[in-house]
Amino acid sequence: MKIRTFFYTIEQGVIGVLRNKWFTVATVATISACLFVFGIFSTIAVNVAYIVKNAEQNVSVTVFFDEGISDERIEEIGELIGRRSEVGRYELITAEEAWEDFSEVLGEYADSFTENPLENCANYQIYLNDVTKQSQLVSYLDGVEGIRKINKSDFTADTLTGINMVLVYVFIGIILILFAVSIFLINNTVTMGISVRKEEITIMKYVGATDFFVRAPFVFEAMIIGLIGAAIPMWLLYYLYGIATNLINEKFAFLSFLTFLPAWDIFVYLIPFSLCIGVGIGFVGSFFTVHKHLRV
Amino acid sequence: MAETKRKRRETEANNISDYAIYLENVCKTFSDGVPALSDINLKVKHGEFVFIVGVSGAGKSTLIKLLLRELKADSGTIYVNGFNLMNIKHGRIPKFRRTLGVVFQDFRLLKDRNVYENVAFAQRVAQKSEREIRRNVPGILSLVGLAGKYKAKPKQLAGGEQQRVALARALVNQPKLLLADEPTGNLDLFNTAEIMRLLETVNENGTTVVVVTHNDKLVNDMKKRVVTIKQGMIVSDDENGGYFDED
Ligand SMILES: Nc1ncnc2c1ncn2[C@@H]1O[C@H](COP(=O)(O)OP(=O)(O)OP(=O)(O)O)[C@@H](O)[C@H]1O
Ligand SMILES: [Mg+2]
Repeated sequence: MKIRTFFYTIEQGVIGVLRNKWFTVATVATISACLFVFGIFSTIAVNVAYIVKNAEQNVSVTVFFDEGISDERIEEIGELIGRRSEVGRYELITAEEAWEDFSEVLGEYADSFTENPLENCANYQIYLNDVTKQSQLVSYLDGVEGIRKINKSDFTADTLTGINMVLVYVFIGIILILFAVSIFLINNTVTMGISVRKEEITIMKYVGATDFFVRAPFVFEAMIIGLIGAAIPMWLLYYLYGIATNLINEKFAFLSFLTFLPAWDIFVYLIPFSLCIGVGIGFVGSFFTVHKHLRV
Repeated sequence: MAETKRKRRETEANNISDYAIYLENVCKTFSDGVPALSDINLKVKHGEFVFIVGVSGAGKSTLIKLLLRELKADSGTIYVNGFNLMNIKHGRIPKFRRTLGVVFQDFRLLKDRNVYENVAFAQRVAQKSEREIRRNVPGILSLVGLAGKYKAKPKQLAGGEQQRVALARALVNQPKLLLADEPTGNLDLFNTAEIMRLLETVNENGTTVVVVTHNDKLVNDMKKRVVTIKQGMIVSDDENGGYFDED
């Protein structure tokens, strides 16, 4: 392609965008809605994954043993735990270690104890690979001989397991519908543009325009629309993300266990991806239409 | 007899490059089954001026469309400017069309662009540089006598002026062959004469010119080659001919 054909294509594409203003606005709005929903969905999904991962590192199951248990049995239980696939890592906290930790908290009061009051408090601290499997592990451990008590953190695990798959499907459904509508609208915009310029196209063909030369501006026009349609929701989401995460962290202290990803960590991927999708919608929505209507 | 005829054909076929238009046994039938052109044989040498006449529905526009490769013939041989239009690849049609200029009865100008842009358009499409465009367009506009109106929109021009813009657009790429389908059909006597004078000038400068017309007076006055089509067939082909008398 000659460089002046390139500039001609850009110029004509921009003119096309401005020519059918209302079609452009409607199409941009639909693509924006599509990518806005998509953006919300992915920011939430990415944050959930991040929070789960954090939680997995912090959430632990603690296992206490029967009184008077032998050191061999403790070791055996450790091996059983180590064989479980849900388990990321585990460590033995002996009664002495437990007391040491606790005496630090007590400070000088600790000195008044002559015996270890936590004699029976040796335990395994188990960190999970996958928090949602916590209950599975717990019910297994229930059946293991020599275990007296299991401490688990119900709140986090249950919350994370409870993320509703139905919601995910609804989101995906909405996105797909909006995608389809976007492509349909782009189709219309381009068909409209072609019919308005039918005469011009005929003349172009008479004076020896190549198919590419005739078609390219329409495809480019649709790609510009796609790009604008993607840029708007990204800008909006970036802005809203900052506000939303600040608001949650400041006003809802009880949710402070939620640590959000910094905006940039998400948007550095989301923005280019969405822009590509927008441009892609424009390209797909126009390319075949242009081929169908410009059999010239 | 048959021998000599074949020989003659061979010599002609070898010299297709001598002809701007070379048609042999060309047939075209539309989907409704009515033959629009049948067994057309027409050879036009480079530099000729040819009128094509005939009553409405005779097939004149169909012939022009075949020459533009807007339509494809059903059978026969068609060479235009050396391009074999019976098996030209789709991708080469633009290249072929750039060797032509076309003018229609209804001008077909771009309404939203001024005179200069309408003419420059043909050069843009042919991917000429801005520098070439700035050099060529004013020259061609003064040739057709519209240098002073380059900023006018088509609506602001008289019919004759509009047709001169269309002619300038057809000529700006320096075509070897100019095809005009009733170029003066919408014009009065004065403007008709003006357009014809321009066509003659163009022809004198070496361009082959083929003009479809209804204007019997004009044809009789100009003493050019006249091809008459009747019901899809060439019924006469005269050097220095006149308008074929129907009765
Ligand atoms: N696209 C088409 N489909 C079917 N028939 C057609 C088509 N175009 C032309 N015809 C028929 O072919 C015949 C020749 O038409 P053409 O337009 O070539 O006539 P013409 O000589 O240019 O007439 P006019 O002087 O009125 O312009 C006519 O009978 C017409 O009805
Ligand atoms: Mg006609």
